[in-house]
Amino acid sequence: MISTHQHWTPLLGRLGLDAIPTEPIVIATFAAVSLGGIALVAALTYFRLWGYLWKEWFTSVDHKKIGIMYMILGLIMFLRGFADALMIRSQQALAFNGHDGYLNSHHFDQVFTAHGVIMIFFVAMPFVTGLMNYVVPLQIGARDVSFPFLNNFSFWMTVGGAVLVMASLFIGEFARTGWLAYPPLSGLAYSPDVGVDYYVWSLQVAGVGTTLSGVNLIATIIKLRAPGMSMMKMPVFSWTALVTNVLIVASFPVLTVVLALLGLDRTLHTNFFTNDFGGSAMLYVNLIWIWGHPEVYILVLPIFGVFSEITSTFCGKRLFGYSSMVYATVVIGILSYIVWLHHFFTMGSGASVNSFFGITTMVISIPTGAKMFNWLFTMYKGRIRYDLPMMWTVAFMLTFVIGGMTGVMMAVPPADFVLHNSVFLIAHFHNVIIGGVVFGVFAAINYWWPKAFGFKLNVFWGKVSFWCWQIGFWLAFGPLYILGLMGVTRRMRVFDDPSIQGFYIVAFLGALFVAAGIGAMLLQFGISIWKREEYKDESGDPWGGRTLEWATSSPPPEYNFAFTPKVHDLDAWADIKKNNVARPTEGFRAILMPRNTWAGIVLAGMATLCGFCLIWQIWWLAALSLVSLIGTAIVYTFTYDRTFHIPADHIAAVENARTAQLAELEKGAAA
Amino acid sequence: MSTADTTLTGQYYDLHEHDHPEGGSTMLGFWLYLMSDCLIFAMLFATFAVLGGNYAAGPGPKDLFDLPLVAVNTSMLLFSSITYGFAMIAMQNGKVGQTQLWLVITGLFGLAFLGIEMTEFHHMIGEGAGPQRSAFLSAFFTLVGTHGCHVTFGIIWLVTLLVQLGKHGLTAANQRRLMCLSLFWHFLDVVWIGVFTFVYLMGALR
Repeated sequence: MISTHQHWTPLLGRLGLDAIPTEPIVIATFAAVSLGGIALVAALTYFRLWGYLWKEWFTSVDHKKIGIMYMILGLIMFLRGFADALMIRSQQALAFNGHDGYLNSHHFDQVFTAHGVIMIFFVAMPFVTGLMNYVVPLQIGARDVSFPFLNNFSFWMTVGGAVLVMASLFIGEFARTGWLAYPPLSGLAYSPDVGVDYYVWSLQVAGVGTTLSGVNLIATIIKLRAPGMSMMKMPVFSWTALVTNVLIVASFPVLTVVLALLGLDRTLHTNFFTNDFGGSAMLYVNLIWIWGHPEVYILVLPIFGVFSEITSTFCGKRLFGYSSMVYATVVIGILSYIVWLHHFFTMGSGASVNSFFGITTMVISIPTGAKMFNWLFTMYKGRIRYDLPMMWTVAFMLTFVIGGMTGVMMAVPPADFVLHNSVFLIAHFHNVIIGGVVFGVFAAINYWWPKAFGFKLNVFWGKVSFWCWQIGFWLAFGPLYILGLMGVTRRMRVFDDPSIQGFYIVAFLGALFVAAGIGAMLLQFGISIWKREEYKDESGDPWGGRTLEWATSSPPPEYNFAFTPKVHDLDAWADIKKNNVARPTEGFRAILMPRNTWAGIVLAGMATLCGFCLIWQIWWLAALSLVSLIGTAIVYTFTYDRTFHIPADHIAAVENARTAQLAELEKGAAA
Repeated sequence: MSTADTTLTGQYYDLHEHDHPEGGSTMLGFWLYLMSDCLIFAMLFATFAVLGGNYAAGPGPKDLFDLPLVAVNTSMLLFSSITYGFAMIAMQNGKVGQTQLWLVITGLFGLAFLGIEMTEFHHMIGEGAGPQRSAFLSAFFTLVGTHGCHVTFGIIWLVTLLVQLGKHGLTAANQRRLMCLSLFWHFLDVVWIGVFTFVYLMGALR
């Protein structure tokens, strides 16, 4: 065990040479990551790409570029989180009959904690935020978000949190508490090392970014919709994004508070959640789930929006029950706040309280079921095209319904007393999060990739990935359902009962199938980029889309729309196509756009440094970085000139090229 | 697009669009941020409500709170809200000097508030009633301290705005900033009324 908490020096705080882990697996990972990192830096330097990256990406306030950067962050962290998953599965498949597996408990406990934290905060959240960032402004006919600088800052704060989590792998250690770090285990008395501090500060840094991006997207959707787009003419994805961001703003502050209080307990020895001096551990559990339950809807609601867009596009029909879809989304958003106690029926609140939360939990399945029927009725008598996005959508419907039903099973308090903390629960939430969020993100990537990059993704490797995921998912989590019903608890490192090893071996095989699926997906991306000329889509509307993002070129120009569209109908782009409206080709005007800025990445860098110093209790540097953070922010507020005009002749040149491109396409189609 | 209908173009595209100057969403955005901040205070109040009676055999509100001092403190903050209001009236009348003067007075009231609060904290910690003593005191110091941090931040912001007013005058951007700070300042006042009522007055009744 690493005991970094024992020494403290004014200069380096708790940081010392003993913070470098000595476990062979970690050292090997560190070596691989460092070599990879050095190679990447060398390549970027050799090809002189630093200036390009800084100017075109890191300092960019363009919502499309920030959206893509979120997706890249999500993908990188997904590989890390999945590596943790493989380690859990292989350890549990091995550790029978007296074998100890290959992970000691110190390491194993960090692995399952990091897996959960990374997959929720640094994979699912960046993916969902990235999609909303990219698609929402285009769908509502806006040129950017309401606060473009804030958008850039929010992204870099999320990166800062991810950097801290990754740093914990090589400097010190991560929490060994499970992904929600319940006290008293996460308190100073039982977790004296830096692990939980990494947890607290990485989530605080990232949480600031998430909250601010929530504020930003709400303001964008309320204020920047195209003329004529009333709320009930807004595309469903944008609606789900609105509700999700309301949930973000109304729940992440709760996380901020609860983590701050845990941090105070650990750093200043207060007594919020301690066993003595009047602290209450159950207060923590209540507070964190008041954030935690809305959080799962934050993840899944935009994904419901994705499936709605895809279903109506690939069935060539208007979405069935648009307004019921909107109301269902809002109702789910509200209900998500009154179910939190179902995460700990076993706390002992009594039958009445448990019944209330059991019933509210079951009630949520009604609007969700309404959505499911709406998708099915959209498909009914539609001309369904089974392209990759639609395949993922159908797989979602099949998988998610089963996950939803096992959720309702656990909403029955007496049943939950049996299933609480069993691997049945693990199977359930992977069933809804993978079957819902992950499948949805893959559907969305396949759907909007041509919009973002101007070429479609390779279909063959996409299908290989799809089938590997389907088989892998059920092999990995089917056995957990059975084991959970038999009473096997979660987070076990070794097992006494040899009769259940078979189930864990099957689950491990499932994880390998999923690994193959991820490999095939990376191959799909690689091949598609390689053959991008072959897969090129010049129309800007490869799927016969219905909403405004398909009205512009692929990739869209930085200003999105030379002329803001006027909306008369839901499915505004389908309306424009139906009425055969000519695209405006003259009379271009200069467009006011926000300037790029260094401030976001610099401020987030200082916040990350401050977080790192607070973890290691390097007080002088923490104070210095906080003061420079505030000082730099003040200096930035003296920049008043934050916009510029894209000149009309530049826009005319871009749009004329587009006109020529479309004419060429039409000629090709006629010939 | 030879066959496309050009007569509909004007109906489907805004051909005479004007610039949307930045700042159009600022007040809404800032209001949303304030609501998230409000939730932070709501959670701290809830924590205080749950833990506020857990003295762990240590001192309770009756032993610690000096109500007359807190009343003076409260009046400092309430006066600062009035003077900020005067600053906003001066801003509406386009008078830079007056705006700055009222802002300075507001800032001084804010500093007086912070000074009294620090004296109170210092006194309590000196008596051995620091945030580590009991869950009640942990919750007390965190709730009141978070409010104090906000006031401190507000004063830093106020000084920054004073300088920016001196440099650029009452431009649209500066007016927007003054309005945001105004929301922020009054919001802190409202929160303090909650603190005064639920922590101090009701604490004295416990």
